[in-house]
Amino acid sequence: MPARRIIPCLDVKDGRVVKGVQFRDHRDAGDIIEQALRYRDEGADELVFYDIGASPEGRSLDLGWVRRIARVIDIPFTVAGGIRSRDRAAACLDAGADKISINSPALERPALIGEIARDFGSQCVVVGVDSLAVEGDYVVKQYTGSPEATRDAGRRTLDWVREATERGAGEIVLNCMRQDGVRTGYDLAHTRDVVDAVDVPVIASGGAGSPEHFRDAFAEAGVSGALAASVFHDRLIAIPDLKEFLATCGIEMRR
Amino acid sequence: MTLTIVDLGCGNLGSVAIALERFGVAPLITADAERIAAAERVVLPGVGAAGFAMERIEALSLSETLRSLRQPVLGICLGMQLLFEESEEAAGPCLGIIPGRVRRLDPAPERPVPHMGWSRLAVSDPRIGLSDGDYVYFAHSFACDTGTATRAFADYGREIPAIVVQENVWGAQFHPERSGEAGARFLQAWLDS
Repeated sequence: MPARRIIPCLDVKDGRVVKGVQFRDHRDAGDIIEQALRYRDEGADELVFYDIGASPEGRSLDLGWVRRIARVIDIPFTVAGGIRSRDRAAACLDAGADKISINSPALERPALIGEIARDFGSQCVVVGVDSLAVEGDYVVKQYTGSPEATRDAGRRTLDWVREATERGAGEIVLNCMRQDGVRTGYDLAHTRDVVDAVDVPVIASGGAGSPEHFRDAFAEAGVSGALAASVFHDRLIAIPDLKEFLATCGIEMRR
Repeated sequence: MTLTIVDLGCGNLGSVAIALERFGVAPLITADAERIAAAERVVLPGVGAAGFAMERIEALSLSETLRSLRQPVLGICLGMQLLFEESEEAAGPCLGIIPGRVRRLDPAPERPVPHMGWSRLAVSDPRIGLSDGDYVYFAHSFACDTGTATRAFADYGREIPAIVVQENVWGAQFHPERSGEAGARFLQAWLDS
């Protein structure tokens, strides 16, 4: 395993960074470039930018900010939001993104995963999965960028992550919705099940509230990376301190 | 200094070009054989699949041009893999500039594939601008075998050559343009070579 990755996620709306609680009530969290540079300087291993309004509004993300980020950042970054075609993915990669992440469009048309992987390689295709516990199982939700648009995707989470990787996804970001923004810890058991179900790296998302939550995601759930937003945006956890703590727990960190 | 980035139409050329611009270089992105041959330095980048990239090289009639370059050449990620004789990812031969073949990485528990993220290097040549213990960013599912050209490697179940050097031709399996300060030191070393 490479060093485990600490990945701040920046939700983008109208060109600004925003953060909601359980996918609702978004509030302004700052300028994209300022935030990107701040996290890079603090030692973030990778950044993810989600244009959260893109899929529910039926549009694709804005390439303007992708180009601006590519110009100032020298660590990898992933972009997501309404990427519905191989050509749109190509435009994001050409604009300087290292990976594209697809969620709702992959559920609409799973063949999209393979179309992008075939031309650009699996290593740049991330599939984001919004997973919700329902009656003892976990199911996939779709269009979670807006509460009005959110609906069942009609798939079990474990079935979908297996299918996505068979089609060419090179990484899974597993977002456990009950945990999102409430800082009670990642859903370790479910995340472990996903890690064990696929051969590709899995990134835990949703619920980080303390350094111990990150430790458990790596040590117990076995993820390659842990993604978080509010604890970083609200400066509740500083990345250098977090990496120091995780290293003392025996987890390999790039510092 | 003239530097061309070979445009195979299947890669992320933007971030490589931007990284080189930070060193005051104005790279020319082109698939034109004459301009590639005439440049003082050549970068062969690439994200994507080896088979598709070799098809593009053949379609653009670039294979002889690329094989006969005598100026400093840098292959990045897939661009490095194309320097070898063959790849499990391509049906036909690759460029064959460096002996050896490129093989698929095998996933194992705690070792997912793609190999994605920051891995530590063991370095055997001070000229490459990197030292033992430096972390650089990888994102790949195939890798060449260790050979006489290997100058640094990462451990991922087997030794993953991270940097190869053979005469005028350098290759980086990782992404120097996305490897922070360590990546910048490597690019500077290549530009100084």
